[in-house]
Amino acid sequence: MLLRAGGRRLLAPGLRRVLAGGDGATAPAAVRGARAYHERVVEHYENPRNVGSFEKDDPSVGTGLVGAPACGDVMKLQIRVDESSGKIVDACFKTFGCGSAIASSSVATEWVKGKQMEEVLTIKNTEIAKHLSLPPVKLHCSMLAEDAIKAAVKDYEAKKAKLGQKGEIASTEKAAEA
Amino acid sequence: MALSRRLLLLPLLRRGGCLSASASPARALSTAAVPADAEQEEAVTVKGVRISGRPLYMDMQATTPVDPRVLDAMLPFYLSRYGNPHSRTHLYGWESDAAVEEARARVASLVGADPREIFFTSGATECNNIAVKGVMRFYRDRRRHVITTQTEHKCVLDSCRYLQQEGFEVTYLPVRSDGLVDVAQLADAIRPDTGLVSVMAVNNEIGVVQPLEEIGRICREKGVPFHTDAAQALGKIPIDVNQMGIGLMSLSAHKIYGPKGVGALYLRRRPRIRVEPQMSGGGQERGIRSGTVPTPLVVGFGAACEIAAKEMDYDHRRATTLQQRLLNGICGQVDDVVINGSMEHRYPGNLNLSFAYVEGESLLMGLKEVAVSSGSACTSASLEPSYVLRALGVEEDMAHTSIRFGIGRFTTEEEVDRATELTVHQVKKLRDMSPLYEMAKAGIDIKSIQWAQH
Repeated sequence: MLLRAGGRRLLAPGLRRVLAGGDGATAPAAVRGARAYHERVVEHYENPRNVGSFEKDDPSVGTGLVGAPACGDVMKLQIRVDESSGKIVDACFKTFGCGSAIASSSVATEWVKGKQMEEVLTIKNTEIAKHLSLPPVKLHCSMLAEDAIKAAVKDYEAKKAKLGQKGEIASTEKAAEA
Repeated sequence: MALSRRLLLLPLLRRGGCLSASASPARALSTAAVPADAEQEEAVTVKGVRISGRPLYMDMQATTPVDPRVLDAMLPFYLSRYGNPHSRTHLYGWESDAAVEEARARVASLVGADPREIFFTSGATECNNIAVKGVMRFYRDRRRHVITTQTEHKCVLDSCRYLQQEGFEVTYLPVRSDGLVDVAQLADAIRPDTGLVSVMAVNNEIGVVQPLEEIGRICREKGVPFHTDAAQALGKIPIDVNQMGIGLMSLSAHKIYGPKGVGALYLRRRPRIRVEPQMSGGGQERGIRSGTVPTPLVVGFGAACEIAAKEMDYDHRRATTLQQRLLNGICGQVDDVVINGSMEHRYPGNLNLSFAYVEGESLLMGLKEVAVSSGSACTSASLEPSYVLRALGVEEDMAHTSIRFGIGRFTTEEEVDRATELTVHQVKKLRDMSPLYEMAKAGIDIKSIQWAQH
């Protein structure tokens, strides 16, 4: 009993002194810790841009699906391409992965919009990583984003080629009939 | 100043409000994000976002706050009764020694042991090292085999690996999908030269309680010492070393609201289990563990054990209620939630959930105001998901999605409700962003897809 009362009296001023000294400049810095997220990554996570889906069978849409659930990272990146100009007019993404993966794919959708398809193939993962200040352990997320862009473009081209083939077959049939 | 008073009163507040607080409890518990100019002294930047107050602590398996009553008991031994308990020649030493022996008796009574069977160490990791390496090295001529499980704590597994390098053989028993070890399989694995069976009492990641009595009975029949890592079990489930046939046991103070840096090893006297000491020195603790016994820490450990003995039932009932509340709150609002580990043989203060189609680190990133931990690869140093979850047979993609909620003596209903609310909100947001959820909803079987590895 006595000990406890004495203890509390001893505790209170000591604790106050320690805390008053501690929660000045040192406290916020100490809290951040080693695994700090860059503010851009947090920004993309809090306010994600271009989350969504386009209709997969739409001929102007290219879909890139990369990664694997077993690795903990799956990215689906879709682009809508204007037929005549070859320009990417819209893009959207969905990602299963850590904050850095979400941010990388979000940045990828922002960067491909309004560019030509050949141009987006030159986007390098190192640029994405630099923009987001990704630590070395998270570089594979930016790599996956680069792969997603390439896969989306490849899918669009493959679709176009297939439709083009169908179009040729149809027109040769028409020519044959005519 | 307001901050310190709040901190002082908060644990007392949470213990059923036995003290009326002049500091407003509402402000203490609110953790909404605030604009940068307001509340400069108390706002904290967590994961890139400024929040007011500190995150809700729901990670009781990692460590627990020190109970104020424990701190009360410890302080005199820092400030006025600071003698070395091994000093035999003056009052300071004698009173310090008396305090250590009193604490020893308290720890012993919590587990049904004799005080002469308790040896203080620096923590459960050291105890596990002494138990595994010490026993096997002592009996190295006749005993060459160790049996343990795949879900043990890293210190046990690492000690076993070390023994393997020295030429011993180790059997790592698999566990069933509910996390429990198959007792028949364990009995089969015992050989004539088995020197130790080590199975942890309560798992730190998934909270399952192993069938200690059955394992102890088998070990007693076959004459093999039974070691259990009871760091997460002490003071939470009833332990009786005689009923459970336990030969060695590792205990930790900072998991039961005691100070960090102290633990105790239980070593049976009848039949006597011998160990080779891992710390050489002046022969303190009957030669088992040399080094000055840290009186304040040990006194704190003793006080924590005494409190736990009195409050175990109440804490258990309360933790069960809060666990149900958390589970119903989350499962009632989101589907495709999997509980990892058996629900019947479980300590209620540990809830490990997997949210399908949502990745663990991104969920943690969103749960800035709740301190929890995850079994996801991204949150471990390597990119491997938790080995405990893998041992349960959890698919790799689900292992990436797990979150562990810890409920303790000072957890309140408001904290549980807020954690539920935040978790549900983040899970829903991340599922909207998840291609796997989209595919699952469209009826596509995700397992059938050929993923392009890169």
